[in-house]
Amino acid sequence: METFIQQLINGLTLGSIYALVALGYTMVYGILGLINFAHGEVVMIGALVALAVYKALAATLLPPPLILLIGFAVAALVCTALGWTIERIAYRPLRNAPRLAPLITAIGVSIVLQQLAMLFWGRSYHSVPALLPAESHDILGARISDVQIIIMLAAALSMTGLIVLVQRSKLGRAMRATAEKPEVAALMGVDANKIIALTFIIGSALAALAGVLVSANYGIAHYQMGFLLGLKAFTAAVLGGIGNIGGAVLGGILLGIIEAMGAGYIGDLTGGVLGSHYQDIFCFMVLIAVLVFRPSGLMGEKVSERA
Amino acid sequence: MQEHQKKIAGLALIGIALAALPFVIGMSFGNAWIRMLDFALLYIMLALGLNIVVGFAGLLDLGYIAFYAVGAYIYALLASPHFGIHWPLWAILPLGAVVAGLFGVLLGAPTLRLRGDYLAIVTLGFGEIIRIFLNNLNAPVNITNGPKGIAGIDPLAKSIDIFGYQLHSLYLVYYLFVALAILIVIVTMRLENSRLGRAWVAIREDEIAAKACGINTRNVKLLAFALGASFGGVAGGLFSGFQQFVSPESFGLFESIMVLCMVVLGGMGNIPGVILGAVVLTVLPELFRHWAGPMQMALFGQTYIDPESMRLLLFGIALILVMRFRPMGLLPSARRKAELVEHA
Repeated sequence: METFIQQLINGLTLGSIYALVALGYTMVYGILGLINFAHGEVVMIGALVALAVYKALAATLLPPPLILLIGFAVAALVCTALGWTIERIAYRPLRNAPRLAPLITAIGVSIVLQQLAMLFWGRSYHSVPALLPAESHDILGARISDVQIIIMLAAALSMTGLIVLVQRSKLGRAMRATAEKPEVAALMGVDANKIIALTFIIGSALAALAGVLVSANYGIAHYQMGFLLGLKAFTAAVLGGIGNIGGAVLGGILLGIIEAMGAGYIGDLTGGVLGSHYQDIFCFMVLIAVLVFRPSGLMGEKVSERA
Repeated sequence: MQEHQKKIAGLALIGIALAALPFVIGMSFGNAWIRMLDFALLYIMLALGLNIVVGFAGLLDLGYIAFYAVGAYIYALLASPHFGIHWPLWAILPLGAVVAGLFGVLLGAPTLRLRGDYLAIVTLGFGEIIRIFLNNLNAPVNITNGPKGIAGIDPLAKSIDIFGYQLHSLYLVYYLFVALAILIVIVTMRLENSRLGRAWVAIREDEIAAKACGINTRNVKLLAFALGASFGGVAGGLFSGFQQFVSPESFGLFESIMVLCMVVLGGMGNIPGVILGAVVLTVLPELFRHWAGPMQMALFGQTYIDPESMRLLLFGIALILVMRFRPMGLLPSARRKAELVEHA
């Protein structure tokens, strides 16, 4: 029972990070019908930029949580600028090209970002200083740390904010209209280019947050950390129903829990044949299962024929 | 001269050039460059296999390297001291092709309904699953020897003496690779204009219309996966015997992307284009590795950017630029070119 609750807590923490990243995929897919392959690398850049800020401010006497906030602010700035640039350079010129073309440029962008990060930060794993209180509390025999609580809270807050933005604000309405039918939205006075750019900017800001949180959770940042995280978040988006914002949140949290449970129990279930180092396989299994049995995802309403 | 004779003369010239190439390169640049030539041939085989899936049938496969890995590990397991089995090359290669083809069907079957981006991601996941298994199948039963890989694999060829002149094994490997590459080129060329090849193109263009025309899309797509995969399996077996060492590290996502880039850069669906793409992308980075370091030294007096990462960086930039400015590749197939220009 303790294992179960412990893995549930770990899964929820991991899942809220996946959900944040999945939102970036799902928003872009909803509007452009394009998988922004480079999104995971934006998360990585966010984590490493924030880390650079922590290091620069380490000598000052600012309280650690404030340093974390400043780090996040700078990372968000850099990431939004990056997201905007990626859209301008790699996606906008190819909007009418065959579907293969933007996917390949996205892979290109992903490689470029990884290599640039490697040039700036080197190949080594960087340890991220613990800026949040590291106390942990007992819940039903399992332990939950302050860091985990803060991660869940931050993710929940920002996701609520995003949903309110999309459902209630004028900008959100324009976004939904563009996703529905860009031409008609344009006739109603919506500047599609601006909306698309804004979508990338919002997604990248969430990616920056995810980067800060994931590095705080594991205490490690690395130039290759974005790839697998991006892939898992994409799986989460597909699981929830790509293009659907609520679905991305649900999919992220579910995937986090599936992974944590899988890692916790795979050894017992297979009699020790498979160990927890097979953890990364679960996300691909889930992905393949969802695409085979329910390609529209859990909350996706329309089965996309082009999928 | 008649058309027919001209063709024969042309083929004979190409044959002589291919036969003489390793000697010319070996004499003037050394054995390291013959090695590179061998690698270029391996990549040609791989790229032609992927071309069937991506170029002909239009199914974007980002996990292609998994089949290469399957072929490589089969050779490694059946011809090395790891299990103490030493089968001959000609027994293993067909087996590798068949098993890799089965894996192709295994991947193809659940993804039949998917297209485009989704397929890309699932195949990518499949490639990662294979790699994770290779990495971890050393316990409880040691099959793949885990991350350490399998060493001491039987070589493809040993150096031989011909009338007192020693012929380095690299040359023999080269001729073996050339022969197999030519075989694969002929097979793909025959496939391209066959009933099956036209069915692939029809599916690529419009799957629903193809189905309406009576094409059994399920079987035809599975055949594309299986054939592409079996080419990959053959190339993998050759790689394994050539390197005499395999480890999961050689089969990462980046390798898949690299082979995809060869197909895309050269010109999807066009056999000469794909061959050109494979040669360019094997030779250029290698040249780069040799020149980038010294060049920076000469210009700035120190190495700012490590040549290896600069290679990848330029690779990424090239992908973006090619897609933006020449999406049909260096040598596009006439049909693809018409489509892409019309769409743009």
